[in-house]
Amino acid sequence: MSDIAQRVKAIIVDKLGVEESEVVAEASFTNDLGADSLDTVELIMEFEKEFNISIPDDQAEQIGTVGQAISYLEANVK
Amino acid sequence: MNLKRVVVTGIGALTPIGNNVEEYWQGLTNGVSGAAPITKFDASLFKTQFACELKNFDIESHIDKKEARKMDPFTQYAMIATDEAMLDSGLDLEKINLNRAGVIWGSGIGGLKTFQDEVMYFAQGDGTPRFNPFFIPKMIADISTGYISIKYGFKGPNFVTVSACASGTNAIIDAFNYIRLGKMDVTICGGSEAAVTQAGIGGFNAMKALSQRNDSPETASRPFDKDREGFVLGEGAGALILEEYEHAKARGAKIYAEVVGGGMSADAHHITAPHPEGEGATNVMKSALEDANMKPEDIDYINVHGTSTPLGDISEVKAIQKVFGDHAYKLNISSTKSMTGHLLGAAGAIEAIAGILAIKHQEVPPTINHFTDDEEFDNKLNFTFNKPQKRAVNAILSNTFGFGGHNCSIILKKI
Repeated sequence: MSDIAQRVKAIIVDKLGVEESEVVAEASFTNDLGADSLDTVELIMEFEKEFNISIPDDQAEQIGTVGQAISYLEANVK
Repeated sequence: MNLKRVVVTGIGALTPIGNNVEEYWQGLTNGVSGAAPITKFDASLFKTQFACELKNFDIESHIDKKEARKMDPFTQYAMIATDEAMLDSGLDLEKINLNRAGVIWGSGIGGLKTFQDEVMYFAQGDGTPRFNPFFIPKMIADISTGYISIKYGFKGPNFVTVSACASGTNAIIDAFNYIRLGKMDVTICGGSEAAVTQAGIGGFNAMKALSQRNDSPETASRPFDKDREGFVLGEGAGALILEEYEHAKARGAKIYAEVVGGGMSADAHHITAPHPEGEGATNVMKSALEDANMKPEDIDYINVHGTSTPLGDISEVKAIQKVFGDHAYKLNISSTKSMTGHLLGAAGAIEAIAGILAIKHQEVPPTINHFTDDEEFDNKLNFTFNKPQKRAVNAILSNTFGFGGHNCSIILKKI
């Protein structure tokens, strides 16, 4: 697992209060991990903080699963 | 109009001298001070470096970690005190009409820590507006009643009263009014506050409102003592279940006391200084007595606002003497803030509970930390200095006054 993937998973475990074993690539924040709309916004914000980037709203809306978050960050974090 | 009778059927307390009602009463009657050096942040640069913080308190043993994270401490405290009061009341949520069950809570400030942390985070950045989506819903004072209603499914009236240090009493009086008007059967009411933060201590310090007795925190809150020099900030929550009397009787509920009268007034004088002759305080006690249809002689114990400030204590005692005349010498007066510190919007709630417990145990908790008499006070008055006193307690009056000139008094009676 990449360093980015590990950091993303740690944030999700912390913010959503879920078990690490649940945080799999295909898990949806809202359908599988119990996030509501505010939790999802907070997750994006935490990713921005952790990786020191800015994720535009239209792109943030496309990030709905753990895997999508990891791929987006792996492609965009310098 | 035929008003309903209103009784207290459950209580919960989370205070600097005890994390539940039983511990709170032990602390009150043992004369325990809740003051100690601040542990929540490094206070070494602050004029006041102590407060009455909650102790031995682990939030996660009360609230699920994921939920707790979305709540400011003032809401966490509200949930914990409410849980105790609801359990104590024995209310069966399946058997009551939830549309006639409400939540009215008091908080002087709301989520001060959340506000402070979020604004500081923004201020330390480069100006890019990045705010946590939970910033507003964690901070707003009314979120406490929102959470309580969600947990218990109470769908009746739901709001927060904001009248600074009178907020808790305000909430109880509002609940009392809705129930006696027949608008609700049951109300969770009370107050919570969590202002022991840099912004809270710094802000009150700037007003010269807080004691700065850093070399002896436990003796700093000394209402009516000659050397009092400010209040001690406290935190926590108090919750009461108010219930329409017939509703309570029908389900065989344990009844602590009856709420018989409430008074509200404004000083209309100064934003923070009390009226020098205690005009608003006089009016509010009179109006509470009138509302209760009681005479001054009917009151056995006054739990005073008595914050240990030089001026506030004097004007309140002047008001008591005006309202109670010679009977002022026969009743017990005490400021339990000498032990708990000043819980701002939660003060009225935990002090009403102190009054209820005084009725239950027929014992008046003391005003601790009395060292030197102040000639400003009539020495024939009984301030219940330093030790609790056993006595017949049939009816109590509790005063709370807030910055802004808000005054609230409530009267509770043995049933």
